[in-house]
Order: sequence, then C-alpha cells, then structure tokens
Amino acid sequence: MVLYNAYPSDPAMKPPPFKYIAAESVEHTLELMEEHGEAAKLLAGGQSLIPAMNFRVLQPSVLIDLNRIEDLEYIRRADDGALVVGAMTRQRDLEQSHDVERVAPLLYEAMPHIAHPQIRTRGTIGGSLAHADPAAELPAVAIAAGASMKASGPIGDRWIEAKDFFEGMFSTALGPNEMLVEVTFPAMTSQTGWRFEETSRRRGDYAMMGVAVEVMVDDEGACKEARLVYLNAGDGPIEAENAAAMLCGERPTQELIAAAAAEAADHEIDPMGNVHASIDFQRHLARVLTERALLKAFARGGNSKT
Amino acid sequence: METHAVAFTINGQAHRGEVEPRMLLSDYLRHELGLTGTHVGCEHGVCGACTVLLDGQPVRSCLMLAVQADGHEVSTVEGLASSPEDLHPLQQAFWEAHGLQCGFCTPGFLMTLLPFLEENPQPTEMEIREAISGNLCRCTGYQNIVEAALLAAEGRQE
Repeated sequence: MVLYNAYPSDPAMKPPPFKYIAAESVEHTLELMEEHGEAAKLLAGGQSLIPAMNFRVLQPSVLIDLNRIEDLEYIRRADDGALVVGAMTRQRDLEQSHDVERVAPLLYEAMPHIAHPQIRTRGTIGGSLAHADPAAELPAVAIAAGASMKASGPIGDRWIEAKDFFEGMFSTALGPNEMLVEVTFPAMTSQTGWRFEETSRRRGDYAMMGVAVEVMVDDEGACKEARLVYLNAGDGPIEAENAAAMLCGERPTQELIAAAAAEAADHEIDPMGNVHASIDFQRHLARVLTERALLKAFARGGNSKT
Repeated sequence: METHAVAFTINGQAHRGEVEPRMLLSDYLRHELGLTGTHVGCEHGVCGACTVLLDGQPVRSCLMLAVQADGHEVSTVEGLASSPEDLHPLQQAFWEAHGLQCGFCTPGFLMTLLPFLEENPQPTEMEIREAISGNLCRCTGYQNIVEAALLAAEGRQE
C-alpha cells in the first residue's frame, strides 16, 4: 500500500476548532468539567454530538472524550438481580447481551430499533440518555422499565429515578458539573409483561411514533401497575399516567385496552408532527401501537406465571 | 494549532501521525493517508458511504475524530483486494450480481456487509436489508446489492 498526501493543501474541516482532552477516569472528567465549565462538552459515542458539530450547530471550545474510560463499559448483574450498565457501554453490546435479554427484556426488544448497526457500535447508553432527544428510544425505555441513573459530581454520587431524569427537550436533571456514570434496570417479577413498539419509514430511521410498555399483573389476572411511555410524542419522553390509571385494578379486556389507548393517544401525548407524519397520523399510530403493545405485554405478564 | 500524536493500524500496517483534533477520521483517511476509497456523502451520519471497520466493527468514519482512532485497528475498502485482478469474494459478488451502478456508495456497503456476513454467514434477505438499512444507494434500488450479499453468503458456504 502506498501512503501519500493526495491533497497537500489543508482539507476543509467540518467542526470548528476545539481543545481535545481524553479523560482517563471519572475523577479526571469531573476535574476537567470543574476547570472548563460551560465551555466543555462530554463526548460519549458521538453519534449525535459530532453531527451537531459537523453542522456547527454546537461549537464547544473543549471536548472531553470519555471513550478511554474503560471502567465505564460494563454489563453486570447486581445481588438483587438488577441489571447494572456502565454509561459508556455500547448499544451494540447491549443488543448482543444475554444478561440484557434475560433481565431487561424491554431494553433488549428496543435495541434493534436504535438507528443502524454502524451507529450502535459507537453509540452508548449513557450518551443517548444524557442527550435526551425526545425521539430517542432509550429515555422512554428507561422510564417504562423503572430504571435509575447514577450521577457523579463534585460532591459525590446520587441516584435519579428515570421518571425524574428527563426535563424536556435535550435537558436532564444532571447538574452542570455532573455526569451520568451508570444505569440500573430492576429485575422483573414473573408477572411483569413488556413490549416495545415503534413505526418508522425505514428500520433505523427516527420513529414517527413509539411506545415502551411495562405492566404488572396480579394472581387474578388484573393489572396491578402499568407504565406507558411514548417517544417522539412531545418535548421529552411522555408518560401516559391517565391511561395507566384506567388499567390498574382491572382485568385487561380488549375494550379497556382500546379505551386506555385512546386516552393516551388523544389526550396525553403532545406530538408535534413533521414532514413524515402529521399530528393526526402520529395520534393514530399511538393508538394502534398502544393497543398492540398492551395486548402483547399483558399476554406476557399472564403467560409467564403458568 | 494544537495537534495530537496518533498511532493506529490501517489495513494491517502501522501508522503514526500528527492530527488536529477537529479532523474527522474520514477526512484523515482521505486527505492525510490518500485512502480515497472511503467516500464522504452526507458527513453527518446518515448515508453510510464512509463506513470503515474500527477493531472489526463497522462505524461511520465521519462521526469519529481521527484522534480517537489512536491505538485502534482501522480497515478500509482498500484493504479488501490484494490486487485489481484478485477481488475479495464480497467484491466479486458485487461484480457478478451487478450490485453497483455509479459506485459511490459501494465502499460503505462492502464495509458494512463484511462484518455482517462474518457474524451471520447464512442471512435471510430480510436480515440483509436490515443490515444495510444504514447505507443509502441512489442508483440500484438495493435489489442487486441484496442479491450480491446473498451470492457472497452462498460463496462462503462452498
């Protein structure tokens, strides 16, 4: 192979200049964040940040690269059976993990819907959650699965429930000098059912509408608890609490499921519409996907105890 | 201008260089190493033309900084064939099935399908279509690309 300089003049650079620092550890990252303040951005998988920098929509003057911190890449089982995932774990590794399949099947089911294989090999769970794109799958899954996030900051670590973590479009409960380091998905009971559904024009594209569902069923087959969380349905992951309340304490008949789906689709979500899907169509999708997801989830929650 | 030293393996050969941190891996491959087989289409992670292998896994080289390749193994389309007369079996399958017209997207398709066929040697047509969902082709309608992938998979069985 011949190596030569085909274009001796400077090639055009897409992103604006920045200072690059490869962080060595969480402690090092926290020091760097303290030192550089708002000028700094954390670089995880880069599958959203780098495009934004290529467009020069974002122009951080300091980039703190987390990709050398091997301590943040892990998938473990906790003593209580929960699934514990390091923030820099690649989406591709989650997609191929038997532990994820066994302990967090809702997460497992959603993984192939996240962009394309070449994105998932770089994209990380922590990067997607901290980015908090309302159209992303992982925030909705995290809330539906009852996940909790571990944040490290200058005064130590704290845990944030997924439902409290997302604060609207591209914003989270993380403080300015805090970073997401770990995500825990609690183990499911045998009477938990789940389903992830989304519709996109092509596998891997942004969903026109999507929903993550977890339900818990009691011994009589009635719904004990339900969480329905939508993506691309508002300015963040949207939880349909009224629809869930309609289901709780009741046997999940076809009629009840249809009524709950209509409540969520017509009143609880707040889709914005786009070139691919009008608001009416998004609501239609939400209704259909919710019915499908609930039927499947209740079947799983009921079947697993027999 | 701040630069960083990088050392990585490119198509099996050791490489050392100095790089400005904002240089994308795609631009480094093309402009510094002259490996212009890696094409850049959209440069924001949509078209897949710039797909290369990083430690054997397909990645978008326009969504990585060259400085991040330090210590890793990078493989590009130039590493596939030993000579123009001796194509890689996957390239040969593209040739035989007419899996390309203008050829702009082809390096990305090849570098996407290469690790896919290694992981899944007997894919269905549907699995192939999912595997290449992150690569855009404006000429072929994908039909012959899928045919080429199936042909390459058959070839591996023999």
